[in-house]
Amino acid sequence: MLEVRLYLAQRASAAIMAPLVLIHLGVMIYTIQGGVDAAEILERTRGSFFWGANYGLFVIAVSVHAAIGLRNILREWLSLRGIGLAIISWIFFAGLLMAGLRAVAAVVIA
Amino acid sequence: MPQQSSQTILDVVTWIQRHLDAGLSYRFACRVGMCGSCAMMVNGIPRWTCRTHVNKVMRDNSLTIEPLRNLPLIKDLACDMSEFFEKWTDSKGYFQGSTTRHDPVSTLSPNSPQRRVADAATECINCAICYASCDVVNWNRDYLGPAALNRAWSLQNDERDSASAERLSVVAGDAGCHQCHSQQGCATYCPNELNPTASIAGLKRMVAKAYVRGELGAGGKGRQGPESDA
Repeated sequence: MLEVRLYLAQRASAAIMAPLVLIHLGVMIYTIQGGVDAAEILERTRGSFFWGANYGLFVIAVSVHAAIGLRNILREWLSLRGIGLAIISWIFFAGLLMAGLRAVAAVVIA
Repeated sequence: MPQQSSQTILDVVTWIQRHLDAGLSYRFACRVGMCGSCAMMVNGIPRWTCRTHVNKVMRDNSLTIEPLRNLPLIKDLACDMSEFFEKWTDSKGYFQGSTTRHDPVSTLSPNSPQRRVADAATECINCAICYASCDVVNWNRDYLGPAALNRAWSLQNDERDSASAERLSVVAGDAGCHQCHSQQGCATYCPNELNPTASIAGLKRMVAKAYVRGELGAGGKGRQGPESDA
């Protein structure tokens, strides 16, 4: 049953990431083309619910997706099993989530 | 050894046993691509040796013939197929009917979508070429493998079978269909041109639907790894 849940979580997180990556790429291209500097970017992102939700959701989806992927790699390449595998996967998930949300907070919270 | 027209790898192995090494062990039966017992690695690729012509696979005038990958070796070119067949049993790769001889014979339409799907996966002759080509089997010895899962998919689409829920629980276990990376080695090398990867993808969809509907049982009782409760 765990495998089914992880499978669904990884597919769902991929489905969430796909449009968000496109939005992110669009923003990057717009930013470079338009010549917006760091101060102007922060002016737009600070206090913005949209950008906070957009990148916050992206960070959550990435953390879920990458942690499940890493779990598969650890299991197949290093033959890790059981509680050790679960602990490493959860630590990786938590680390990605904290680092990502910290970065989002830095550009969204004034 | 003397070269002949239409000479097969099995001819080569047989010639070696008869003229160079009488103790050479290998397995074959029908010699015509029906039984699937003569599979070996030829230049690193799993093949039916009886259907592989020497002149089509010879490289730089040499051949490397090895026992099938991913299976324990018994001797020389003969592998122990036990785990391969045990995984068929573990994945409930056998038909389980719910009627008796006193019931009327089931009427099946060969054109129904479900029957077409079952038929597409049903021509497997257990040669283990897909099993030898699968990297996931190599990484995870508990993985049920492409042949067993392909068989399970065929049965899941057989409307006469009555073990669908039980079988789905087994293939959803941590040795089951979700381990497949869809690398398609099985589909690439299957001599019968079956596509176990597609069958496994079908099982993943079927399992996901059953889970969402709350119809999935408590997980596989077959080859469960130690992390099944992690």
